Amino acid sequence: MDIFLANNIVKNYDKYTALDHVSINVKKNSIFGLLGPNGAGKTSLIRIINQITGPDSGELFFNGQKLQQHHIERIGYLPEERGLYKKMEVGEQALYLARLKGLSRQEATKRLKYWFEKFEITTWWNKKIEELSKGMQQKVQFVVTILHEPELLILDEPFSGFDPINANLIKNEILELKAKGTSIIFSTHNMSSVEELCDDIALINRSKKILEGSVKEIKKEYRTNTYRVEFSGNIIAFTNAIWTGCELIEKHSEGNQNFATVKLLYNATPNQLLEAIMPHVMVNGLQEIIPSMNDIFISKVSNEKLNIESNFTE
Amino acid sequence: MNKIFLIIQREYLTRVKKKSFIVMTILGPILMVGLVFAQFWIKMIPEEKQNILVVDESMLFNNKLDNTTNQTFSYSKNTLAYEQNNFYKTNYNVILYIPSNIIDAQKIQIYYKKQPGLGMQDYISTIVGKKLEDMKLMASGIQANQLASIKTKLNVTTTKIEKSGNFETKDNEVSMALGFIAGILIYVFIFLYGAQVMRGVIEEKTSRIIEVIISSVKPFELMMGKIIGIAMVGLTQFLLWIILSAIGTTLVGNYFIKDKVNVDQIEQTFKANTPQSAAFKEMSTDKKAEIMDSFFEQVNLPVMLFSFLFYFLGGYLLYGALFAAVGSAVDNEADTQQFMLPLTIPLILSFTLAQNVMTNPESSLAFWLSVFPLTSPVIMMVRIPFGVPYFDLIFSMLMLVAGFIGATWLSAKIYRTGILMYGKKTSYKEIWKWLFYKA
Repeated sequence: MDIFLANNIVKNYDKYTALDHVSINVKKNSIFGLLGPNGAGKTSLIRIINQITGPDSGELFFNGQKLQQHHIERIGYLPEERGLYKKMEVGEQALYLARLKGLSRQEATKRLKYWFEKFEITTWWNKKIEELSKGMQQKVQFVVTILHEPELLILDEPFSGFDPINANLIKNEILELKAKGTSIIFSTHNMSSVEELCDDIALINRSKKILEGSVKEIKKEYRTNTYRVEFSGNIIAFTNAIWTGCELIEKHSEGNQNFATVKLLYNATPNQLLEAIMPHVMVNGLQEIIPSMNDIFISKVSNEKLNIESNFTE
Repeated sequence: MNKIFLIIQREYLTRVKKKSFIVMTILGPILMVGLVFAQFWIKMIPEEKQNILVVDESMLFNNKLDNTTNQTFSYSKNTLAYEQNNFYKTNYNVILYIPSNIIDAQKIQIYYKKQPGLGMQDYISTIVGKKLEDMKLMASGIQANQLASIKTKLNVTTTKIEKSGNFETKDNEVSMALGFIAGILIYVFIFLYGAQVMRGVIEEKTSRIIEVIISSVKPFELMMGKIIGIAMVGLTQFLLWIILSAIGTTLVGNYFIKDKVNVDQIEQTFKANTPQSAAFKEMSTDKKAEIMDSFFEQVNLPVMLFSFLFYFLGGYLLYGALFAAVGSAVDNEADTQQFMLPLTIPLILSFTLAQNVMTNPESSLAFWLSVFPLTSPVIMMVRIPFGVPYFDLIFSMLMLVAGFIGATWLSAKIYRTGILMYGKKTSYKEIWKWLFYKA
């Protein structure tokens, strides 16, 4: 079941198209990565999901229902461009923002107390935001975002502004929220956090969706059948041993240990590779090299650019 | 609706709790009361006694200048040079030198130790002049009482004959002043609190909280909540100023009266502050009573009060929405200049043209200015004391309502796009495009 569904969303500004028939579906209780380079259209899509702006065409569904104004109380949003009233006190401000999301004063106070204790920030209640450091402000902002226990949480670059310790704290919090049943849309440039957190992703480039699917599937799909072999023995013997079904991409030694990166061609299997080299060298390890999301991101986005350039020259 | 109330509440409370609000609220009346009473104080300080030595070469004024409580004239038989040399040996403050050719030259000279006040100069020139006049009259054989009967002071009453045949006399300085003051109040309120709306919007933009909030409420709700909240701050401040000023004036007044200050003196100082004070002072008490009577007779007080509230709020709401749009289009206050111009020009124009409208209340300029929504709040208040046909008034009010709706609609479109534009210098062309973006 999908918590959120966007169908063929188109958004134009003046002569510029921000979203060109983009569709995404966010599964319930999952973390969905919304990826793309700067200016790809991610923020436009996120603003449409939050009903800050509307699409020119396309359909949006929340929990199976057509997206409506009252759904915003079920959505939590941490924008990339975020901040708080600098002159307002932390507690008062958090209460205000929670009440704007439909919580009663009592309920908001109760929950705020819980979260402030959990994050060990109770002493900040009467401080003005401007008295806090940037990282402290981010903590308050995160609490405010999740206080109304949204079913769908949209986090745009949530880790920016956090030191590694607090980033980890937030990461664990995100995972805990997911465990409790929250669905999360996670927009970021940080590909390592995508691999760590996301179940599914969609990659948007130049207003179009160019890749989607589960992280596992995508990585599988983008495998290049390349292996890293760790062995001891004669490197020349190793080079001689591999046959034409292999391409030696790189080799080097570290002390007695030798390392080689081998790409298998023509559907050759790692077993065949092992059979070929085992008589000549001592194999200590064999590992498939799986492309990182970072590699996939770069290759997808730059490929697209190449295509466009070749179109130009024709 | 509930959320708009929350926004109004926040906008109101954060501003009312600010130190600057509290300071201004207390300081305003203190300044007002202080200003009023400083004038009494100055009036109450007894003027220094002036001993004036008259050196009269014309021999015309011997013992003829009247002494007052503050001025005593003595007459010297010596030459001017002699008296000048001995000036510091005597206790005279001033030497008044009247040359022998006074009648032709019409010149007198005052020598002093310490700069005498304007009042004394004035007094001397008046009484010497008066004496000269009398002497000239005598010389040409005209009696003083004859002259008095010739001198004419004309009173003009203006009466309008309406189509229906009714006569209507408009001779009302008090209500004119009242209308003018009402116009100024509206002008000040719009400028002060309209600018606050703009600053509030800019604050939300620069602190980057805007996107958080409009993921909870519609931009329109936020904009209207802010405008209404700030209006209530303004009304609170004005109300507190009125109450505190009244209390302050009464308290300080009581103190002064206990101090055996002549109540008349206080009254006079008050009157000295009104533009018509000179004329007012000269009027007999009967005439004054008549004016007050006719004021209540002629000015429909409920209409005036209702109009004031209507234009006060209507004008503010109209401008508030436009100021909000300006705030949304820029990143900081320094960039507001170019967009402020179309707002400040009609406002300042209405203020400067108010004088013109007062002299010509039924001109077509006055009519159109009092109908055009950007100028009507100030101009109509100035016009009302002269009697405005109900048609004009209702037309103008409808135009203001229409203007407000139009301005809010326009501003809401600019606002909802503008608040999400960061780090980009906005141009009029850009804003024009925003009007056509789909929500």
